[in-house]
Amino acid sequence: MPKGWALPHIVQRGEVKPALTWAYRALAVVFALAMGGIFLALQGFSPLNVYGTMLRGALGSPGMQKETLKLTIPLALTSLGVLLAFKMRFWNIGAEGQIAAGAIAASYFAYFQSHLPSGLLLSLMALAGFVAGGLWGLVPAWFKTRFGTNETLFTLMLNYIMFHFITYLREGPWRDPGGGFAATPRFPRQARLPELPFPFVGNLHIGWVVVLVMVVAIFIYLRFTKQGYEITVVGENERTARYAGMSVKRVILRTMFLSAGICGLAGMLQVAGPDRQLTDAVAGGRGFTAVSVVWLARLSPAGALVVSFLFAALQKGCSMMQTEYRIPASMSDILQGIILFCVLGAEFFLQYRVMSRRQVAA
Amino acid sequence: MPDSPAIELIRLTKCFDSVTACDCINLDVRRGEILALLGENGSGKTTLTNMLSGIYQPDSGQILLDGRAVSIRSPRDAIRLGIGMIHQHFKLVEVMSARENILLGQAGRAAISPEEAIRRFGIQVDLDKKIYDMSVSEKQAVEILKVLCRGADKLILDEPTAVLTPQEIQALFDTLRQMRGEGKAIIIITHKLEEVMEVSDRVSVLRKGVNVGTVDTASTNRFSLTELMVGKQIDLDVKRETLPPGQTLLKVQNLSAVDEGGRALIEDISFELKGGEILGVAGVAGSGQKALCETIMGLMKPSQGKVYMQGRQISGLSPREIIRAGVSMAFIPEDRLGMGLVGGMDIPDNLLLKTYRDQKGFFLSRRQARAEAVDMVRRLRIVTPGIHAKIRKLSGGNVQKVLLGREINLNPKVLITAYPVRGLDIGASMTIYDMLNEQKRNGVGILFVGEDLDVLLGLCDRILVLCAGRVSAIVESQFATKALLGMKMTGLVTDKEDDYA
Repeated sequence: MPKGWALPHIVQRGEVKPALTWAYRALAVVFALAMGGIFLALQGFSPLNVYGTMLRGALGSPGMQKETLKLTIPLALTSLGVLLAFKMRFWNIGAEGQIAAGAIAASYFAYFQSHLPSGLLLSLMALAGFVAGGLWGLVPAWFKTRFGTNETLFTLMLNYIMFHFITYLREGPWRDPGGGFAATPRFPRQARLPELPFPFVGNLHIGWVVVLVMVVAIFIYLRFTKQGYEITVVGENERTARYAGMSVKRVILRTMFLSAGICGLAGMLQVAGPDRQLTDAVAGGRGFTAVSVVWLARLSPAGALVVSFLFAALQKGCSMMQTEYRIPASMSDILQGIILFCVLGAEFFLQYRVMSRRQVAA
Repeated sequence: MPDSPAIELIRLTKCFDSVTACDCINLDVRRGEILALLGENGSGKTTLTNMLSGIYQPDSGQILLDGRAVSIRSPRDAIRLGIGMIHQHFKLVEVMSARENILLGQAGRAAISPEEAIRRFGIQVDLDKKIYDMSVSEKQAVEILKVLCRGADKLILDEPTAVLTPQEIQALFDTLRQMRGEGKAIIIITHKLEEVMEVSDRVSVLRKGVNVGTVDTASTNRFSLTELMVGKQIDLDVKRETLPPGQTLLKVQNLSAVDEGGRALIEDISFELKGGEILGVAGVAGSGQKALCETIMGLMKPSQGKVYMQGRQISGLSPREIIRAGVSMAFIPEDRLGMGLVGGMDIPDNLLLKTYRDQKGFFLSRRQARAEAVDMVRRLRIVTPGIHAKIRKLSGGNVQKVLLGREINLNPKVLITAYPVRGLDIGASMTIYDMLNEQKRNGVGILFVGEDLDVLLGLCDRILVLCAGRVSAIVESQFATKALLGMKMTGLVTDKEDDYA
């Protein structure tokens, strides 16, 4: 046999059945937990105990479940926004900035128009959040259509502008004069989101309704509307879109406005919901996590909801583990990293099959 | 082992996913022989040559060179073993001269000098000319010289004639015969039966990854080769129906267009297209065919000149405006999947591309498109697992049927088609010609951009010949010959080459 005959063979797969996809991912999680377990054991912890704590921390009681859901809401909504842009192959990784823009605009109404009745005020805040996020998203979209700029870099850079703008507001004009350190004031009562009972966990801010409505709305929008159809065509093949007479620029601008607008709305829900004030942690890395969520969900809105919940549970579980075992935050980050790496790595095996030579020849 | 063939393949097999591209192929080429490898697209020719040139590794089977079993694990191995591959797309450094390209990466190790190769094989190339100044045929000659100078004695040419004019093809064949005389083993890949008959000693026919037969060229003919290739006897005659001329539909007047750098793509093109007429467009690849189609369609702005549709000026409008203005024009782009269809969508969604905007309201109804798709699959005998199969998964012929079917369903008055049969087998091509002739009978004016001169002569009423972006002739097909078209296609290029002769 010639040299190199034993090298494994990498073969591209055809269509993969959804069941197999999820089986592979489950396997990846198990593998990740095993790797993480070794890591924990080396540090002198009992992996089983730690994992048990993580599970308990994420889902162990209605209170824990509620906290996990609170993390799910903004992540799921942001993912839905990012999903719209990704469907068009517009790599919007500027959700952080768009969340912040939405949060700032909503906060303006909370701080300066609080004389309005609560229902009207919250509606205005939601609208302002959506529009402000959308406009912030239009900036890279416009430059892309006008000058062909790279949206990945552009959207990323815009994040930092918004982030520092919040810092400026907090230190300067919007600083709470009564506070000892630089912070914005708490929102007045009428600018806080009402709560509605969520099955089994009790009252939860109304954002969960918004998320569920949005999942259905985005699904219908992409699947059953002309605009959704245009997004698919532009994403798949811009030249064909042009040839079919579509105004590609308009589709890009419109879709990016919606995508960023939804992220802005997520920002509004965050400040008016759990945060009750404007902080620079309003986005909290969700804009980036959403990218992984959308990828793993394969651009499916319902899938994005499920994956967001799992991510939130992981995050919540890790923070529980941190407090209970006094494990440093960096170690919990490493554990999260291992799990993410394995799950994303499994995607490779979903696209390619590794075979030995003999198998191929058979 | 003087009697062993230069190249011998024994049960060579290669699979991609579930598709077997090459299935137990046995093949041999002797020294001093030209073997034609004939087969439709997707029959495994390219995979086979890629295994010989070290790009793919076979899954099983053996390659013997001069009677010795070898494993070719990289293109470098292939060169070392004396295999020279001439690809369809040239791999040359544009800013360097021919000589520099030939010697690139083999400094001091050239088996023979470029000058000697030119002398021995009768190749016409100016070694000091830069690649960017060269015509397609000159570039091809450089590629051939390159592998010869590397000492290749087994040459594989992948559709070398696709980009050449008839005169250039003759020159290439002369070179090939000269190389055969020197004892080289040559494999030439082609679809064109005339060329097989003219230049080859033996023919191997591939069908669906299987070698269905190897025959001596002298003892076969076009019809039996076709039969081998497609598996059934097919009427090769393209029919031209003469109809009384209709009204002028499309009028193109002094149309010019330039690329981003200001270089002229088409210059001063004028013609009229009448209803019930097929106007062919002939030309060497890259003579402005694409620019002509795209300018008419509004995908490219003309720098000069006007286009009228039934007397109404449409030049300068965007594609959307042209469609909105109610101008019936259907455009089948050169690169079918690149522009015209969306590979990741199913048949109904692709049918909706041009009509979805006519639906009222915010939502999109697919009911009609689904019915249309079912009807089209049945009527045009499109081979697909179902209407919801992604277009990308269909074969070239079926993709073309979907595209042409959609455009015809729009009831156009003018149908522009570019290379509608490129890559299709003969059976599928005939279906496409029948569809075009049916449209012609319905009074549609058809602009047919083609590459096969036999087809152009057989199908079209008149032929417009493009040469370097200009109209070099508009001739009636019944009075034209291939030789005449070939001359007109080269036009200026021949004059230029004369300077070097």
